[in-house]
Amino acid sequence: MSSESTRTLSEADSKQLLAEYGLPILAEYTVATVGEAVVASVKTGLPCVLKLCGDTIAHKTERNLVRLGLASNSDVERAAEELLGQATTADGAVALLVAPMVRAAREFIVGADRSDEFGPVVMIGVGGIFAEALEDVAFRLLPVATSDIEQMIDDLATQSMLDEFRGEPAVDRAQLIAVVKAVGDAMVARDDIASIDINPVLIADGKAVAVDALVALV
Amino acid sequence: MTIDLLPLFEPAGIVVAGASSHPGKFGFAVLHNIITCGYSGRIFATNRNGGSLLGIDCLTSVSQVPVGQADMVYVCVPAQAVAGVLREAASVGIRSAFIASSGFGEGGDDQGQAHARGLAALADELGMVIAGPNGQGLVSTPASFCAQFVGPFPPAGGVSIVSQSGNLASGAMNYAAASGVGVARAISAGNATCLGVDDYIEWLADDPATTAIVAYIEGVADARRFYETVRTTTLRKPVVVVKGGTSDEGAKAAASHTGSLATNDRIFDGMLRQAGVWRSPDIGAAFGAAAALSVHQPMHGPNVAFLTTAGGWGVLTADAMSRASVQLMELPADLMDALDEVMPPRWSKGNPIDVAGGETRDTIPDALHLIAAHESVDAVLMLGMGIQSNTAALMRRGQFSGLEDIDRICSFHERQDRRYAEAIVEASQVTGTPILAASELALSNPENPGPATLREYGHPCYTSPGDAVAAFAALYERGRYLAANL
Repeated sequence: MSSESTRTLSEADSKQLLAEYGLPILAEYTVATVGEAVVASVKTGLPCVLKLCGDTIAHKTERNLVRLGLASNSDVERAAEELLGQATTADGAVALLVAPMVRAAREFIVGADRSDEFGPVVMIGVGGIFAEALEDVAFRLLPVATSDIEQMIDDLATQSMLDEFRGEPAVDRAQLIAVVKAVGDAMVARDDIASIDINPVLIADGKAVAVDALVALV
Repeated sequence: MTIDLLPLFEPAGIVVAGASSHPGKFGFAVLHNIITCGYSGRIFATNRNGGSLLGIDCLTSVSQVPVGQADMVYVCVPAQAVAGVLREAASVGIRSAFIASSGFGEGGDDQGQAHARGLAALADELGMVIAGPNGQGLVSTPASFCAQFVGPFPPAGGVSIVSQSGNLASGAMNYAAASGVGVARAISAGNATCLGVDDYIEWLADDPATTAIVAYIEGVADARRFYETVRTTTLRKPVVVVKGGTSDEGAKAAASHTGSLATNDRIFDGMLRQAGVWRSPDIGAAFGAAAALSVHQPMHGPNVAFLTTAGGWGVLTADAMSRASVQLMELPADLMDALDEVMPPRWSKGNPIDVAGGETRDTIPDALHLIAAHESVDAVLMLGMGIQSNTAALMRRGQFSGLEDIDRICSFHERQDRRYAEAIVEASQVTGTPILAASELALSNPENPGPATLREYGHPCYTSPGDAVAAFAALYERGRYLAANL
């Protein structure tokens, strides 16, 4: 597996790149200041999410750079101040990403990688807190046909995650297929991409939405 | 471009280089097998000391073979002498070789690896197709050709076998011999130094004798080439793969989550699915799937009708089906009505279609034809064949076997089980609907007219309903794949 990528794109840039290939993302705003964050949160609506974002920041959760469920202007202000304060000189240029808060019971992970043995591959798996325990994933070689992606989803062991679930409708498969297709198409079109992680893809009211994205360049 | 392997599988003449007078040696066994299994081409053998072996006057060198009289040399001389033998073979017009000799780097030693590099270079230089080294040999039933130093020589049929383990090639052929679903070609690829698994599969895709391919794979040299080869092949012929080394977790510490989940086996598995290959966990299951795929059409849907002469199997078999992506179908009303006409009054009136022991002479064949011909039925499972003949076998062994009534009723039961088996073959051929039979009598009483007749016709008789259900899953997956990709 490719492990020598030289740089990663910021979450915002990663999403923007993948949106060009059809990745469903929410309207979100990259801002520089606390005041701009508050203005942006009016556009996203409350509650919202704030993340510290930058080209060298690959693992936000591990560094506690994500603030969820911000329900008031003062919540947003405080979170923005904290996050900007957590930036280190090693992070280089940083920004605040303001996004709507998505509530979802189900998570998937979608990604792509370049294998030494098989070349470019695409993956879908069950995400969330048990993802590493379940390791319920399906891979295909790129490029993939839509019928291949349908079969990947059928290959997941935890099929009940795709049906109606805790009062939410069944997963819109066509739209989940579009997420995998976008990731695969980007990987095929761009030789300079080493790997892509969309983690998580949340299922909100049956619809898949990419809430985080990380593109690593070769 | 496909490499022409006909000189390997159907040579007009064969030379065994390094034939031995000792029946315990490879060089004896292979010559013996070539002669006794009915190969009709010219047979030559070389031995340093000359002499006569199994009725053949040995030459002392391959260069003494008359030019143009042989297409293939089977080599069992020591590794360091192989190159010399191949040069001599090329000089008398021989175009193909199977190298049984070991010592080509399979143990990781430098000298062996040097021999292997030399062999690859020599294949290019001489323009020869070279199988092995370190393999058991090959089988080609269309040529009655058994160029291997082990058994068995399986019955002729449509399944072809490519194996990176000679032992597992023999294993698949043993299942072929046991089931009667025969073999077209089988090759033990050995170290696959010159010809890889994908080269064989590519040739078998064009081989008119081959109707299904089973491959045992430990590793492929070029995964992308393998993928492209099998993907093209499966559009024409079913391919079943057993992959060894699945516990070898290939994923290394990776920067991405995706990379850390990307074990080689997971990707290999996805690649096989994408290429329309059916993957089996072991050789027995692989042969079981290949047998169904070789004999029957793919299933167009998941609906299985289940005809049985007795109860008891229904619940477990229905459970096995639901785990395997096929299903015990609901019988449509018009089929129920039609069955009412031919079934005894106490039949189950549903699926499983159980005659409940009330069958008369034509009940089973008539019902089988009706069911298989119905448009909503994608496949039929037939259980209960052979039960009466099993009773008859006991009666025939007892001290009352001479009673006229016993002989008459035993003969009737034996004829009936033969008819059931023939009805399975005929109804599946006439309707194109796969009909699979299962009975453990195929193991416990192979001469029972039920399983014995299926074997005679080259149709599988699975030894458990679960094995038949696994074969249905392979037939249905193939149907789905072809519908999506053709």
